[in-house]
Amino acid sequence: MSFLEVQNVDVFYGDFQALFSVSFSVEEGQIFAAIGANGAGKSTMLRTIAGLSRPRSGQILFEGQPVDHVSAHKRVGMGISMVPEGRRVFASLTVNENLQVGAYGGRPGDWNIESVYELFPLLKPLAKRQAASLSGGEQQALAIGRALMSNPRLVLLDEVSLGLAPVVIKRIYEAMVELPARGTTILVVEQDVQHVLTVADHVACFLEGRISLEGKPDELKQDDITAAYFGMDVSA
Amino acid sequence: MNWVNIALQGVLLGGLYALFAIGLALVFGVMRLVNLAHGDLGILAAFITLAFLRTGHVGLIESAILSIVIMFGVGYVLQRGLLNYTLGTDDTRPIVVTFGLAIIIQNALLLKFSADEQGLDAGSIETASLHISKQIAIGWYPLLVFVLAVVIIAAVQLFLNRTKMGRAFRATSDDREAAELMGMNNRHIYALAMAVSLATVAIGGIALAVRTTFDPTAGSFNLIYAFEAVIMGGMGSLWGTLLGGVILGLAQTLGAQAFGTGWGILCGNVVFLIVLAVRPSGFFARTVTA
Repeated sequence: MSFLEVQNVDVFYGDFQALFSVSFSVEEGQIFAAIGANGAGKSTMLRTIAGLSRPRSGQILFEGQPVDHVSAHKRVGMGISMVPEGRRVFASLTVNENLQVGAYGGRPGDWNIESVYELFPLLKPLAKRQAASLSGGEQQALAIGRALMSNPRLVLLDEVSLGLAPVVIKRIYEAMVELPARGTTILVVEQDVQHVLTVADHVACFLEGRISLEGKPDELKQDDITAAYFGMDVSA
Repeated sequence: MNWVNIALQGVLLGGLYALFAIGLALVFGVMRLVNLAHGDLGILAAFITLAFLRTGHVGLIESAILSIVIMFGVGYVLQRGLLNYTLGTDDTRPIVVTFGLAIIIQNALLLKFSADEQGLDAGSIETASLHISKQIAIGWYPLLVFVLAVVIIAAVQLFLNRTKMGRAFRATSDDREAAELMGMNNRHIYALAMAVSLATVAIGGIALAVRTTFDPTAGSFNLIYAFEAVIMGGMGSLWGTLLGGVILGLAQTLGAQAFGTGWGILCGNVVFLIVLAVRPSGFFARTVTA
């Protein structure tokens, strides 16, 4: 039994099918990276695991338990936390309040406002600032800190590096690699392939709603990844 | 000196309008729901109070408290059982549903209580006045209502700023889906917001019923005044709502004094339109986007 098992999941938006019988499993303590181009279905996959989208068929098991009929807000209490695409911090709330809200439906554990500030020291001087006034990188750090406040066992990170400066991306990735040792498994969605492959234990490449390639980053050939990413055979 | 008296009356009247407006602003803020039955629900609370009084077992204060508690419960059940299902895809659905609800409440009250004017008797406080100088006097009761409005706004603001549930209200208002990802059940939060909203409008409805006579159709006027107060004050600011109420109250009483009774309401509406033209987002609009 894997930590998270996705089995033959089909997801539709109206008549549009976003995922076609997707299956994969994530082991506890892994950093699992889902890569792929825009519209490949990676974000839909995360939203389905978080409970924001429902699979039409197939099922998702979290620690052996099917979660398909558990609503999104209850999955937080089970230990599934998501950092949504575009950060989605609570704009009118202060940094401190955003973190407090992050603990709303969560589990007890080691994460609290102080330990989040230790992980992201840049947030501490901003504690009383409104989240809307933060830079993109600061908001991303806040969004991750907010997700950690629920003491999750699994964190779903959607497009963490999108639109951020390289120096900020570096800091976010440094924080990310610390998490598995603290009992948090990570499923990260990225378009920035190079960066995520340096930290991931396992990678799945999405292409047009299907997984086109899967494996350990050091066992995959660069050309195969490129082919799986763009859906063409580059050697030809 | 007479004008000063009239102006003071207008300011205090603004407190009553604010009591009607707070709940309207709250549910719009939290879930973008425009509740067209808001005024009628306030009047419903006045009739519930009247019904308790008529049993002869309880006094006015007890009846009022029972009515407020009942309206809190009505708010929760109404939102959870009906209005939650109107939210989401189409902004007009809640408007149509609450409009229908307003008609149902008015007609149910007509059936039960007839179209007769009713009153809630609070005794001598209704007419007692406080003499500030020889010429200037204000009524104790309007002053009490105004103070009540200030206390309730302060309490709701404190709740929103300082409590876990208050933060959840604001987070849900900012981004419903992200709030769900924090473990918030938005259906429950919306229901609580409506419960608080109807408890406050119940206070407004009862305060109105003591101040003047009322009948089952009185809700619609007060809905309009509440809207005007909210819009003049600016969305998202409860203190702005009080200011909006005061401006409206002033315009109505001064207008009535200047042009004759009957012109007051028109003056209130004209001032509202002027404010809308000059400051379309109101005086204290507090909306933030990421």
